[in-house]
Amino acid sequence: MSDTTEISEERASHGPGHRRPRFGLSGGDGTVSTGRLVIRIAVLGVAAALALWAAFPLVNQGNWIGLGILVAVTALLFYIYLSPRVIPAKYLIPGTLFLIAFQVVPVVYTVTTAFTNFGDGHRGTKQEAITAIQDASVRQVPGSTVYVLSIATTGDPVSGDLVFLLTDPGTDASFAGTAGGLRELPAGAVRADPDGKIRQAQGYTVLTIGQAAARSAEIAAFKVPTRAGALYGQGLSRAFEGAPQQTYEAGCDCIRDAASGRTWTADESDGSFADQQGQRLAQGWKVGVGLRNFTDVVTDQEIRSSFLKMLLWNFVFAGGTVLITFALGLLVAITLNRPGMRGQRVYRSLIILPYAMPAVVMLLVWRDMFNTEFGLINRMTGLEVNWFGTPPAAQVAVLLVQLWLGYNYMFLVCTGALQSIPADLTEAASIDGAKPLYAFRTVTFPLLLIALAPLLISSFAFNFNNFAGIYLVSGGGPFPPDNPNAGATDILITYTYRLAFGGAGAQYGFAAAVSVFIFVIVATVSIIGFRRTRSLEEIN
Amino acid sequence: MRLRTRRDTPGGTLPAILLAGILLAVAACGQGGAGTGRAAARQGEGGGTLTIWTDDKRAPALKAAADRFSKETGVTVKIQTVPGETRQVDFVTASQGGKAPDLVMGAHDWIGNLVRNGAIDPITMTEDQKAAFNSLALKGVTFDGQIYGIPFALENVVLFRNTALAPQAPKSFEELVAAGKRLKSQGKVSEVLAFPVGQNGDAYYGYPLYTAGGGYLFGQADDGDYDPGDLGLAEPGAAEAMENFAKYGEKGEGVLKRSIGTDNVASVFTGGKSAFLVGGPWFISEIQKAGIAYDISPVPGFGDTRAKPFVGVQALFVASKGPSKVLAQEFATNYFAQPDVALAFYRADPRPPALIAAFDEAKTTDQDLPKLLSAGEGGDIMPAIPAMNAVWDPWGKAIAAVVGGADPAGTTQAAAETIRSAIE
Repeated sequence: MSDTTEISEERASHGPGHRRPRFGLSGGDGTVSTGRLVIRIAVLGVAAALALWAAFPLVNQGNWIGLGILVAVTALLFYIYLSPRVIPAKYLIPGTLFLIAFQVVPVVYTVTTAFTNFGDGHRGTKQEAITAIQDASVRQVPGSTVYVLSIATTGDPVSGDLVFLLTDPGTDASFAGTAGGLRELPAGAVRADPDGKIRQAQGYTVLTIGQAAARSAEIAAFKVPTRAGALYGQGLSRAFEGAPQQTYEAGCDCIRDAASGRTWTADESDGSFADQQGQRLAQGWKVGVGLRNFTDVVTDQEIRSSFLKMLLWNFVFAGGTVLITFALGLLVAITLNRPGMRGQRVYRSLIILPYAMPAVVMLLVWRDMFNTEFGLINRMTGLEVNWFGTPPAAQVAVLLVQLWLGYNYMFLVCTGALQSIPADLTEAASIDGAKPLYAFRTVTFPLLLIALAPLLISSFAFNFNNFAGIYLVSGGGPFPPDNPNAGATDILITYTYRLAFGGAGAQYGFAAAVSVFIFVIVATVSIIGFRRTRSLEEIN
Repeated sequence: MRLRTRRDTPGGTLPAILLAGILLAVAACGQGGAGTGRAAARQGEGGGTLTIWTDDKRAPALKAAADRFSKETGVTVKIQTVPGETRQVDFVTASQGGKAPDLVMGAHDWIGNLVRNGAIDPITMTEDQKAAFNSLALKGVTFDGQIYGIPFALENVVLFRNTALAPQAPKSFEELVAAGKRLKSQGKVSEVLAFPVGQNGDAYYGYPLYTAGGGYLFGQADDGDYDPGDLGLAEPGAAEAMENFAKYGEKGEGVLKRSIGTDNVASVFTGGKSAFLVGGPWFISEIQKAGIAYDISPVPGFGDTRAKPFVGVQALFVASKGPSKVLAQEFATNYFAQPDVALAFYRADPRPPALIAAFDEAKTTDQDLPKLLSAGEGGDIMPAIPAMNAVWDPWGKAIAAVVGGADPAGTTQAAAETIRSAIE
């Protein structure tokens, strides 16, 4: 009908010299279906909404770089989906954005963190550390009065200068405290509650709690200078005379203690204030430390003494887990793959069932089942194995847990792969006189491997860093009595977790440096693995 | 059906899609817009918000105090529940990221780390206010000479006993073992004592026995602050104190064993497998649910020595970087530190209240409270210094190793070295 002619018209107009649209809702061929149009409007609308939603906090924080990135990404999205020119980009951009957001950014962040001393006591800027030190050292002047406080202003409740109206609960004398100092008020000029809280004062407007709440930050920073220090508000109803014991002096770039005269000088290479004896104040700041975290990993006596042993077990654990789960999964898959077998579906569902349970819970259940005296395993088998008390038993135990958790997955993928291998291949082999086992070994298994090798490699990479699988089951133990840091089932990630977070605080910089090392190891193994897979494919 | 659009007249479509996008965006931001409106109102004639982080058990109890504060001040109080395991780390991270709540509830031993990260502020109390609290609780929240939190509950390890099996509270650990062994030989129980050791040890529960053996953890300065430079585990007396774990361990009397840990210790007691349980008030509801007649006494020492448990204090902290610090201080000192609030907390999770008035009222109906408190009276405030974090893991493992039969002296020495190198 007319539809056809219209399309042919369009085709015709694709000739040379035709001006292609720069923007529009149309596809590359100039047409678009209603459904697609609606979807496109909806998706771009949601993108715009998300961008706006993310923009407000960024503007509030004054994070202009973040805002710039947001605007650029949103503009790019609109350009790509409204321009008919960049068709491949339409398909690539969602994946690329997610790749950047969830892979590239965390990796970059981890690597940059590895070059800092970021951790407990070293989180913020130097100024924040100074503020924290000074604020924490404000002490009440001994024997000084704690006043009953009302917050007032001399002008408008919203913007007028703040005044502390104070009553000494001992003498009932009233004072007005301003940034200039303290001044006594004549007794008749104020009206106060029985507890001393001033409700009205001549020449001042007492703020309601709501009004005071709106100026919370201002009130928190407000001080009335006195001879011994200053009057600090404590909430909205009390004020005390306090003085910071430790203050920062820009001249010496140090913190000085008023009482003892001790000084702690800023050490920019370490991000902390230290005295002559090298004793540091607890509050430090974040600085770049260059390669120090990396050299620490390499030169740490503790790490060096147990690293090789741990690395070896890490390979055994990851490789062993892949091997046994794959072996059992494949075996079960082949068994259940026999055509015409009865109850096939029931078996399959039962096998996949544990796979549907949350692994974390199952890990804890298994840990309890391995309990020497109260555990199900020893009770059912009549054994008296102290599973997590001796290294070989603990290693077998964690592998058994992984076997149970992992073979279902391998069964699933093996079943899929087996069904995708054409039956005529094995038939041909048997016609040629090959025994089933031989046919499997020479025909089915190599084909399976080609399909599954990437999965096996990724399974290895996952198990190499299977933190929960070790930490929740054996906790890395058993530990030799002379070394509570390196246990018999510890893998690198559980071990470094203990080193980085088990000390006197979290050391994210150090942890990040170790992660980089682990990343290098896993990446190397994976690259070698994929190379081998490719050569496998070439043989075929 | 296919819609056809002329390529040379794209005019109508671009504005259409932009309009649709903006409409959707505005719709999605409707709530955000309302929020901005509220913020504007706050700037005007008051209101304001106060955000408090707590756990799910205590959140309902906090609501009464929050409602009263809201009613009297017009301030909106938001109570948010954050799981206990991650609350401290989340709080520090949020403080650094400018998203801190105004108040956070937690254990007193967080203080050292929170102060180091500039996350909480000292609180100044009048002498009258201080006098209203249990002195041990106040000591717990005092760090470096400053009070950092409003305490509301105390907790410590005690000895529970099944009164049907063991009517008398043992005066010493030896007496306890003798009674437990007698019951075991009579076939009434299968374990002499339910004491949490676990495969990798637990220093928290091990501490009373260690102190009963004469050991100490950190030296204390005159003002009560712990000194991380004086590590008691590295001193000669430590190995001697640790020998008790060997004496009563798997190769010794068989009273302490690694197969009983924190996760199954209560079930050993509630299942009637043991007449004695070393545990804290958090086990009480489980014991009551099991219908066991129980009584509470202090963890006994060896001979006439005293076993000192760790005393923990639950407290409310004022965030340094919260948006409404003044309101937070006001709420903490004048609305939170009230007997009825403390009682609501006690009912939500029965532990001895830190406010003396609340404790006195609660004990009229709860016989356990005075016993829990007196068991903790001789105890040591759990160190709040960051160095303590380096102690738990290695020392726990040392305890487990010695219980399992390792040499006490060498094991303790290795643990002390690990702790020392981690502290430095």
